[in-house]
Amino acid sequence: MNNPFFPEPARIVRKYELTTDVKFFQIRFIDKERAISFDYKPGQFMMFSIPGTGEAPFSISSTPSRPGLLEFCIRKTGRLTEALFKLQENDNIDIRGPYGNGFPIERMGKFDLFIIMGGLGAAPLRSLILYVLDNRELFGKLYLLYGARRPSDMLFRKEVFEFIGREDIECLLTVEKDDKGAWPGYMGVVTSLFDKIEDIKSENTFACVCGPPIMYKFVLEKLIGLNIPKHQILMTLERRMKCGIGKCGHCAIEDIYTCMDGPVFSYWDVLHMKELI
Amino acid sequence: MKTLKLKKEDLNEFLLNVKEYGELWGPKKKGDVYIYDRIVELKNLVKESVTTFLPIKKLFLPPRFSMFHYDGKTYTENIDSTEKRIVYGVPACEIHSLLIFDRVFGHTYKDPYYFRRRENTTIIALSCIPCERCFCQSTKTQVIDEGFDLALTDLGDFYLIWVGTSKGDDLVRLAPKLFSENIMQKDIQKYIKWRATRDSKFEEVLDFQILPDIMDLNYESPIWDEFAEKCLSCGACTMVCPTCNCYDVIDEIELKDSSVERERYWDSCMFKEYSMVAGGHNFRESKAERLKLWYTHKLKSFTGAYGKPSCVGCGRCVVTCPVDINVLSVVKALLTGKVDKNSLNTGKINE
Repeated sequence: MNNPFFPEPARIVRKYELTTDVKFFQIRFIDKERAISFDYKPGQFMMFSIPGTGEAPFSISSTPSRPGLLEFCIRKTGRLTEALFKLQENDNIDIRGPYGNGFPIERMGKFDLFIIMGGLGAAPLRSLILYVLDNRELFGKLYLLYGARRPSDMLFRKEVFEFIGREDIECLLTVEKDDKGAWPGYMGVVTSLFDKIEDIKSENTFACVCGPPIMYKFVLEKLIGLNIPKHQILMTLERRMKCGIGKCGHCAIEDIYTCMDGPVFSYWDVLHMKELI
Repeated sequence: MKTLKLKKEDLNEFLLNVKEYGELWGPKKKGDVYIYDRIVELKNLVKESVTTFLPIKKLFLPPRFSMFHYDGKTYTENIDSTEKRIVYGVPACEIHSLLIFDRVFGHTYKDPYYFRRRENTTIIALSCIPCERCFCQSTKTQVIDEGFDLALTDLGDFYLIWVGTSKGDDLVRLAPKLFSENIMQKDIQKYIKWRATRDSKFEEVLDFQILPDIMDLNYESPIWDEFAEKCLSCGACTMVCPTCNCYDVIDEIELKDSSVERERYWDSCMFKEYSMVAGGHNFRESKAERLKLWYTHKLKSFTGAYGKPSCVGCGRCVVTCPVDINVLSVVKALLTGKVDKNSLNTGKINE
């Protein structure tokens, strides 16, 4: 009997710092065939396994349109991430997946995309942004609003700055505090950027949100104010998970499992299932 | 379905034959309670239907077992070495709990630890007469038509036997001369009478089908806080519940060689850490939220998804909870809108 819990051997190809407590990991399956044929959807996640420490889920930050390497953007918050941060380039890491529903890419085709992310919320949404940029003809306009506490907390700084001025993406960046006074972008919380975006065609827009829990309430209010249909407002959520495949029970909410039916949910799901956010 | 008769005095001989086929398991007395255990000597087997302390789930997912061994380089799956097993004396409610487990552990990804044991196990179901704590008529789990290999109905001096699977048929073929196919009209009448007697023993039938709606309407009800005030978060309800399947995983490191066992053990959504993520955020900080999760999952969500609650009416929570928070007291509170204070124990542990 096939064992879906079996972690598959992979290797850390690159590892570097994004901010003081967030690191970027490039990972490749040891098996060459597996590395090249491995497919997934933006918004899906993998379980990382470190013997002696355990397993934990992480969003995939790379895009399936660039196969071979999987990328992750991970903040040190617990025991597993502490052990993971100690691993070096070329060290082995065992992973299994991909899990979760991911973004409904097929349904999002032809629509304008309005991406709002805060802090570490960039981890899953970077996958979607890169996917859209690699498949530009399939989608309408692409707006990206990204907020961080300080300039130094902004993930993928170089990458997102390069989005500014491009014609295939409208990218607005904001920080709440700028101690050094050298920040060239906007100041304020991410919702303050909404005024800068004009002519959102609400019926033809999918909004995708990910950020700290506090952010959702304010962003959702704004999106509803823009008349974006509730089922076209998508967010990706976090829960405790031990298995990733709907068995251990930890991520259950009403009759769904976050690991199987999520982590991408619509605003309607949130209203419908009271415990979601 | 194939039906047969077995004389009561022949049960022992049948079970002796069954022991040739694989390990015999069944209820056994241990101290004040009954437990499912391996039966080496038939005299230790409780042949009448009883409610065991822990449900049958412990035979398929033991309270703690190792999923993987890690030797410092690679993971090896700990393949369960369970021999062929035959479990005697499984009541209808527990058969239903296994059908629920089949669904949960077979959904999309097949859980090999569960299904390997399931496939190695032959089930001999046994009819029962409801005790004062069980309510399987309310949960519609008093009757079984699948999920067993053989089902025995105790009709006094003989058993009526339903052969549910080809594996069950194999068991019968171990001692074919013990069984009779000659079921007579008076036997059928006896069975009809037994059903009527059994059904008359249910004192109270609660409407579980209305609960999904009632739970929605009671989402903000103060009854949850009232129950939460009493709840000890001990998790006993989840341990004894035949449909509770939640588990946690921990890596145990062997000091002498740094090898690792990835162990899987029963968890409880009543425990405070159950929904806590790295960084310390807890999605279900309060006891009321955790109680609500358990009851919503059993009585609303499962009914919504599968048409039946994920409660089989065995009554173990009724017997076990030291402060009398159980499916009966909660359902009654949901249906009446208030907690019956007299039904709540202030803490048996103090008595």
